[in-house]
Amino acid sequence: MAPSGEEVLSRAPLVVFGWGNESRGDDGLGPLLLQQVEDLARACPALGLETVLDFQLQVEHVEDLADRRLALFLDASRSAEPPFEFTELREQRDSSFTSHALSPEALLHAHRKVLGTAPPPCFLLAVRGDGFELGDSLSRSASGNMAEAWTFLRSLLTCPTAEAWRPRLRPARPGP
Amino acid sequence: MTPAANLALESARRPETLKRVAIEPVTRVEGHGKVTLLLDAENRVQQARLHIVEFRGFEKFIQGRPYWEVPVLVQRLCGICPVSHHLAATKALDRVVGAPKLTPTAEKLRRLLHYGQTLQSHALHFFHLASPDLLFGWDAEPGRRNVVGVIEAHPEIALKGVRLRRFGQEVIRVLSGKRVHGVFAVPGGVQKHLARTDRDLLLKDIGQALLWCREAVGIARRLYLEDREENERFGAFHSNFVGLTAPDGCFELYEGGLRARDAKGGTIFDQVDPSHYLRHLHEEVKSWSYMKFPFIVALGNDEGWYRVGPLARVNNADRMPTPLAEEARADFRKLSEGPVQATMAYHWARMIEMLCAAELIRQLLEDPDLLEGDLLRGGERVPEGVGVIEAPRGTLIHHYRVDENDAIEKANLIVSTTHNNTAMNTAVREVAARYLSGHELTEGLLNRIEVAIRAYDPCLSCATHALGRMPLEVDLVDADGNRVSRIRRDGDGSIG
Repeated sequence: MAPSGEEVLSRAPLVVFGWGNESRGDDGLGPLLLQQVEDLARACPALGLETVLDFQLQVEHVEDLADRRLALFLDASRSAEPPFEFTELREQRDSSFTSHALSPEALLHAHRKVLGTAPPPCFLLAVRGDGFELGDSLSRSASGNMAEAWTFLRSLLTCPTAEAWRPRLRPARPGP
Repeated sequence: MTPAANLALESARRPETLKRVAIEPVTRVEGHGKVTLLLDAENRVQQARLHIVEFRGFEKFIQGRPYWEVPVLVQRLCGICPVSHHLAATKALDRVVGAPKLTPTAEKLRRLLHYGQTLQSHALHFFHLASPDLLFGWDAEPGRRNVVGVIEAHPEIALKGVRLRRFGQEVIRVLSGKRVHGVFAVPGGVQKHLARTDRDLLLKDIGQALLWCREAVGIARRLYLEDREENERFGAFHSNFVGLTAPDGCFELYEGGLRARDAKGGTIFDQVDPSHYLRHLHEEVKSWSYMKFPFIVALGNDEGWYRVGPLARVNNADRMPTPLAEEARADFRKLSEGPVQATMAYHWARMIEMLCAAELIRQLLEDPDLLEGDLLRGGERVPEGVGVIEAPRGTLIHHYRVDENDAIEKANLIVSTTHNNTAMNTAVREVAARYLSGHELTEGLLNRIEVAIRAYDPCLSCATHALGRMPLEVDLVDADGNRVSRIRRDGDGSIG
């Protein structure tokens, strides 16, 4: 049930995760951006990327991370500085027990624990959202944030390497 | 604890004089819920309630939408069991388009999808949500009591859980195009056959999945029997059980008649056409809860409440449709002469169902009907349809009325968690009275309440997850409403 050698060799070097619920307004920012990435990947197969859409991050996503050179996570955020933040993720043991959904950082930690290897360099594009109620459509502010995030994301995809992405980090506040 | 004593804890006589404790949100369940406790001066529990904000909003949300959009829209109810909502809605609309009986190929393909969903959902619940309590104990250090803790302490178990869920999701993906929110079933049938290459892909892994499902039954059995006395006492009460069964009484997840049995195993009704559910099941409204309280009409609202889900289905079935699951069921039923009543037995029953789902998947993958044959059927259009399915968490009812313009005029959804509302509240009261009453509250004691709720695998269906949210706060409030103390568990697990 583990990926076969042939599957590993044929894996795209970049995996892009998008998650959220499109029926809850700005929570759909991740899936909507991912759709744009998919459209671009179809038009330019040479990009060499694979997309993963889900409602929540779960521990089984470690297998989607495995054997990649780079990973990008797309999500809505209530707390990101508008229009978006772009950060590099560090492994972090998630001690929370508030939900079965994992944070991206916890997923990286789980990758090492489950598969016994270090995860690839991983980055998070967190787009600011403001309305998350059931039945809401995308808010005007989130729509503008997504447009700016997409412009940024497209430029990232022209050179998908950790070395090229690190100088472009956009943290909202200085790190510790 | 007698049923009357248990029920007395639903509403305290003078709540204004009591201290209030709230557990919010209940953790390691899907979505948000909270528990409130009212305590007297000696910390004796005088009232215990589980509150869940249900998604009644969805029934309004889909009114006016074209009926063919509904099987796609309702998947947004839940990120864990979207396939169940997809199939229940489509089954209801099969009747609307005049195709209550599908072609053999379409029904088998839908069953394959459903069994994949059951397998992945049960694997998620057992390995990710329940196993931390079962493996580490209810009083273990809270920061360890989660799936990451299981990965660290029992990587071999965690890896099997991960890969079993992955296999179930692969079944869903090859049929519907995505792991979540794909489109496969349409009113009257399905959209496509199973591709031969995808069939071969799944066949390659099904043997391993089956082996691990057998092991999972063994783990659940061992954990239950190791502390049998406590597990039989914990959150224990007697209830009726409701679920679908095949016409011959065999276990059934997709299509069948409704069967209700009482606490001693006696038949209340059997093989009821699911379209007639309203004749047999009503819902009571209580002022303190958003969620209704269903009951069996023939028994009334005091005596007629019931349980659904794995324990109900394994109790109600005369036999399982596959050999390994039947062997496991027969072993399980030795626990009791009548229906098994223990709340904690849900976990064991859930693993028996997961094994059954894996066996059924293997049978179907060897069936050539999945690769060819008619996919769609139609008939005379009617304005109303009911679809009932056994979702992983229990009986799921979708009921729609469609107007002459093909728009949804009215929708009624009764989900598994609603069926189990009274049962979960009864378990909460039982645990609160047995373990908390008269004691200083500790995190471990409060966790026991969550353990009882988790056994039912409730789907509280929030699915909005925005980063950095969801701390757990427990407030102790005096009779005047002043906060006396607070325990807070943050997203990183720290407690302050």
